[in-house]
Amino acid sequence: MHRIGVFVCHCGSNIAATVDVERVSEALSHEAGVVHSVNYQYMCSENGQQLIKNAIKEHSLTGIVVCSCSPRMHEATFRKTAEAAGLNPYMVEIANIREQCSWIHKDIEEATEKAIVLARTAVAKLTLNKPLIAGETGVTKRALVIGGGIAGIQAALDIADAGYEVDIVEKNPTIGGRMAQLDKTFPTLDCSACILTPKMVDCAQHEKINIYSYSEVDKVKGFVGNFKVTIKKKARYVDETKCTGCGVCMANCPSKKGLNAFNMDLNTRPAIYIPFAQAIPNVAVIDPEQCIKLKTGKCGLCSMKCGVGAIDYKQQDTFVEREYGAIVVATGFKPISLENFNEYGYADNKDVITSLELERLMNAAGPSKGTLVRPSDGEHPHVITFIQCVGSRDVSGCGKPYCSKICCMYTAKHAMLIREKYPDTQVNVFYIDVRTPGKNYDEFYRRAVEQYGVNYIKGMVGKVYNENGKLMVQGSNLIDNEQVTIPSDLVVLATAIEPDPSVKDLATKLTISIDTNNFLTEAHAKLKPVECATAGVYLAGVCQGPKDVPETVAQASAAASKVIGLLAKDKLKGNPCVAHANEMTCTGCSQCAEVCPYGAITYENKEFRIGGGKTEKRRVASVNPAVCQGCGACTVTCPSGAMDIHGFSSAQILKEVEAICKR
Amino acid sequence: MQGLEKLMLERATALLQSGEVDRVIGWKRGESYYDNSPATFTKDNLEGFVYNGFCGANLSKYLVAESKKEGKMLVFLKPCDTYSFNQLLSEHRIEREKFHVIGIGCNGHLDINKVYAEGVEGILSMTEDEDNLIVETVYGEKRVEKEKVLLVKCETCKSKEFAVADETLVVGEMKPAKSNRFDVVKELEAMTEEQRYAFWKAQLSKCIRCNACRNVCPACTCINCVFDNNASGIAGKANSDEFEEKLYHIVRAYHVAGRCTDCGECSRVCPQNIPLHLINRKFIKDINENYGEYQAGAEVNARNPLVNYTKTDVEASEVVDGGDK
Repeated sequence: MHRIGVFVCHCGSNIAATVDVERVSEALSHEAGVVHSVNYQYMCSENGQQLIKNAIKEHSLTGIVVCSCSPRMHEATFRKTAEAAGLNPYMVEIANIREQCSWIHKDIEEATEKAIVLARTAVAKLTLNKPLIAGETGVTKRALVIGGGIAGIQAALDIADAGYEVDIVEKNPTIGGRMAQLDKTFPTLDCSACILTPKMVDCAQHEKINIYSYSEVDKVKGFVGNFKVTIKKKARYVDETKCTGCGVCMANCPSKKGLNAFNMDLNTRPAIYIPFAQAIPNVAVIDPEQCIKLKTGKCGLCSMKCGVGAIDYKQQDTFVEREYGAIVVATGFKPISLENFNEYGYADNKDVITSLELERLMNAAGPSKGTLVRPSDGEHPHVITFIQCVGSRDVSGCGKPYCSKICCMYTAKHAMLIREKYPDTQVNVFYIDVRTPGKNYDEFYRRAVEQYGVNYIKGMVGKVYNENGKLMVQGSNLIDNEQVTIPSDLVVLATAIEPDPSVKDLATKLTISIDTNNFLTEAHAKLKPVECATAGVYLAGVCQGPKDVPETVAQASAAASKVIGLLAKDKLKGNPCVAHANEMTCTGCSQCAEVCPYGAITYENKEFRIGGGKTEKRRVASVNPAVCQGCGACTVTCPSGAMDIHGFSSAQILKEVEAICKR
Repeated sequence: MQGLEKLMLERATALLQSGEVDRVIGWKRGESYYDNSPATFTKDNLEGFVYNGFCGANLSKYLVAESKKEGKMLVFLKPCDTYSFNQLLSEHRIEREKFHVIGIGCNGHLDINKVYAEGVEGILSMTEDEDNLIVETVYGEKRVEKEKVLLVKCETCKSKEFAVADETLVVGEMKPAKSNRFDVVKELEAMTEEQRYAFWKAQLSKCIRCNACRNVCPACTCINCVFDNNASGIAGKANSDEFEEKLYHIVRAYHVAGRCTDCGECSRVCPQNIPLHLINRKFIKDINENYGEYQAGAEVNARNPLVNYTKTDVEASEVVDGGDK
């Protein structure tokens, strides 16, 4: 016999202002199986929990329904409450009458009626609940960091410093990421490489850190504490263990026309190359699209010149399987393509460049050795015009609706650096708003305007066109309410940033979600900013949303601390709400195993008695409860209904549907 | 047809004699020429073995039970039946090594009710040649064009290819069907929602829940069908309300979606002549259109698109919109 207790929470006025909580508890007291029904101001408070504990003991309750907020908020709280009073924690059901009721309705009558239905539904489900006991699994004390930019580097260093092994998987031949391409960093103007490369070296030297460069995540299996990841090491045609990074191969390579991606394609590099001087690992890589030997079979100069015999034209992609307890995703960003922005003339004019290209043009290791010159003729530009928000805050559909966040600050930085180094240059900046929240950020921007005399023009640019070798920037000046045309020598576009395209594929592999702009979704916008809805996966850097370096580093350390907290545990409590197969009805058809994203289902030929002293062997499914995540894909695929989930059985769900439909 | 029967009997006898197989599954002559049923035969008893135009039954499903027995069995499969055989292999319901498969030629099987509808009465006996059914009646000899009296499933034959066979026996040429099997589905799709609802309501309300469609379906091989399982909450045989019969057929169609080879047995055995195969065929057409051409049973262990997620799959919303035409 059920003895169910119903506890209706007011959540202050969050629920009580829209739902007549008194009526809800009164209505529920008449439900079959309900022996106790009350309401209280804050069920999650110490007093509220005590009230539940007392009721469980006093009324010998067999199960409780708490009508409150989303189970994602307090289900764990109330399960612990029930457990403390001697009730199995899985005999607790939450009716979400806040997010799914009071917050989205205005009419008290309607909201109250709905709250009653939701509570009845929870009671209906509870009548079929069975006590469940969570199993335990071990934790692999190693973390995987996907992406070797500043976010991945920081996360890896923090985790490794705590004493845990870390692998970094970086798709490029070197770690360093976007930050390695930057010239100076705001708001202090220190050299980006000077602060980044020591961290890169730390990674390379750290005994707990292992770098898989020029590698990608191929497959991900398993679950929190026990991920199995296959890493694809792309063929770099150079033996990493032998190459000393001397660079002789680069000097001798006859195929020198490859675009240098590190320098934003502004100059060329040989087919065999090391991306930049401080690359980690300092190992060459051959571009197979460009290498004459790999394309035609003739050449082999680099192999001949290599003093250590590191060149291996026959190298193939290899796959390594590694186990991890936790995963940090730090896949970073790229500037958007400007194909939708013909008005700025980027494709037609060499002297219309992006801000990231300007970073390379101003960098001492860049294509012009740090001298700011026009890409078209190598001349010094005298009038430089910056255009902000190119593709950012764009609701037209051509660009991105969000603010890319970093552009105001880096544009101020560029303007200031140019005025500092080339005082004869006139610098104009077209802007919609200048957004500079952050420590010492607004001061930085004001210095650009007040101290360096940068000409900030509030207004959008409509068109950039070439007239007699001058780039005519036509825009509006909203302060003076006039149209302006500024003849310029160089135009710099503060291009919006977007998540690296690899993230979509990766999100599928990790079963984590992405938003409409392809940013990875955190578990809670405010309270779980580095966690994912998938346990054991954490986020760092721009893959989660636009961020500058300090924010990225802070988030990476936050993700690392979450990883350390996880890896510090020896055992993790499993989720008992997992699938199980009914061997009496399972036909062994294998469809469940095919849809299972976790590889939790295996088959065995089991012997069953069939009467008359005979036995028969039947192929039946068996679920590994430690691997199963309770997603339910198998239950809906199983044609014979043999698969079901503890705590979310088909019968329970049908019972809920019945309760909702009942009038 | 008689020529093929002779060849089949010879091979069956030879394989039984040599001990290569222990049993044979084929068709057995009933009281009349058109009244043949699936049957098993042994070395000592090949009495009544028949193969003529009235052997439309798909033998594959019987193999689920036969596969559990000792020894090897010879099975005769028409091209369309071979797809069911493969599908059962993929689902681990039968063991390949337990069967010797002889693929037999087929130019469509016949529906005795259509013969009656041709105005043939007082049947005494029948024979057939390539194109005609020759019926001896009390009124004299009548010739019926086979084309006119094909089983519904044979009118739009999906394939003359053997998806699996250890050997084949084909006499003459196998001619492809004249009409496309999706034409009727397109007609249904062209209806308005109301028309389509009325069509299916009229059809499905004829259902007497005899379960013949389920029992004959090679994809319906559950040990305990949800409709027989008291614990499922939807068990029961009688239609308790107007919705119940729809529920039964729709649930069944969903259970076999992606696995149905379109063998057409459901419609063949329906005593109420409900075109049940059209529900499944609509699913097949949708799968083809949304996920690329897929024929269940064409290959063993090919992953059914409904249980195989790929990055190029259409979004669910597109499927919903696409389904609303």
